[in-house]
Amino acid sequence: MQTEDLTTLLRQHPFLADLSTEHMDILVGCASNVKFNDNQYLIREGEIADKLYLIRTGRVALEIDSSERGSIRIQTIGPGQVLGWSWLISPYRWHFSGCAVTDVLALALDGKCLRTKCDNDHDFGYEMLQRLTQVMERRLEATRMQLMDLYGSAEGAGR
Amino acid sequence: MIHDVDVLPARGVEPLVPHLATIRRVVWETDDTYTIALDLDPSAAGYTFKPGQFNMLYVFGVGEAAISISSDPATSAVLTHTIHRVGSVTSSLAGHKRGDVIGLRGPYGSSWPLTPAQGRDVCVVAGGIGLAPLRPLFYSLFRERKRYGRIILLYGARSPLDLLYRVELEEWANRQHVEVIVTVDRSDTSWKGYVGVVTNLFSYIKLDAPSTVAYVCGPETMMKYTVAELERRGVGQGQVYISMERNMKCAVGSCGHCQYGPYFICKDGPVFPLPQVAHLLERKEL
Repeated sequence: MQTEDLTTLLRQHPFLADLSTEHMDILVGCASNVKFNDNQYLIREGEIADKLYLIRTGRVALEIDSSERGSIRIQTIGPGQVLGWSWLISPYRWHFSGCAVTDVLALALDGKCLRTKCDNDHDFGYEMLQRLTQVMERRLEATRMQLMDLYGSAEGAGR
Repeated sequence: MIHDVDVLPARGVEPLVPHLATIRRVVWETDDTYTIALDLDPSAAGYTFKPGQFNMLYVFGVGEAAISISSDPATSAVLTHTIHRVGSVTSSLAGHKRGDVIGLRGPYGSSWPLTPAQGRDVCVVAGGIGLAPLRPLFYSLFRERKRYGRIILLYGARSPLDLLYRVELEEWANRQHVEVIVTVDRSDTSWKGYVGVVTNLFSYIKLDAPSTVAYVCGPETMMKYTVAELERRGVGQGQVYISMERNMKCAVGSCGHCQYGPYFICKDGPVFPLPQVAHLLERKEL
């Protein structure tokens, strides 16, 4: 795929909305266009975390393996969302598995490449970190809400 | 754009005296939630209700519970209520069968206002059993479909087994300009749909914020986060209506059990324009 096509696709993803041309030029060198089939794993718990995925179409389910309950789906990531930030944090291992539950089109950003570029250009690194921490904050908020098991309680019972 | 909700007076000369209602059928929606269909006694001739209102269902010798009406307002002859089995009344009611007679008084409370949605898109956000009082709203919207723009339902449940009205949801999703997106809080690997909280679903829709009216019903915490998400996406408080819940006893604003700040949920609610109650959402000990 041509670099300019890739840039167009990157620009269409909400995670990179309004990214400056200068930073986009840095980022595009780490990017590739990828496709996964239904039931194919994008990431596996415990393996090296080497990618940041920007989902374009389809859905990826995050799973945790539990010896008692088998694989549990804890969240799905869909179009316009971001999968994976463990490439940023040592020891760079996935904490979950991610399985495509439909065919998935995504943009993959190479983790090592991104880390290097963030180290070399702190303005770019700060921009990436700001965007990722927003995603993390929203994901953490959602997880807290999920932990409350709102629908399992008597709250709302008499509706 | 703030429209008042319709606060409707309790019907009848004796608002505390129940009518008799005969159970036509009981359908289990999930392990702990059932829908009960009732035929009203002829003494209740002329009974009508609006979307979002509730009845007091009386199990003789056990007690009463406030339950939202989940059927079509245009067919008041058969009333349905979708009930989560949690207390003595709802557990006792669950054991009833076709032909058994219970007491019913109502309808009570305010309703989902439809006028503000005319010519606009409608975004409905439901959590758990909160879908039940929103179901009559959908029937009303579909009946006069041309009056409204896109209709979006974002619905969250605990697990795939806890989803209400599955067949109906599929039917709604197949309608033109209707989007139904469902998520569950947890699942095994057999579920191919979304997993996560209902507010995540906003990522997958495009809201025309200035032209959207939102109706929200579910646990209070879920509503608090939903309201925040709507605001984040540009839907102002004046475009949002929520349904509140408290322990209701008399249903006519006399006993004070359901007091919520300066309001009685049974009489002034359960449906409120958000600006009226936003400052009270999840305030401790209210």
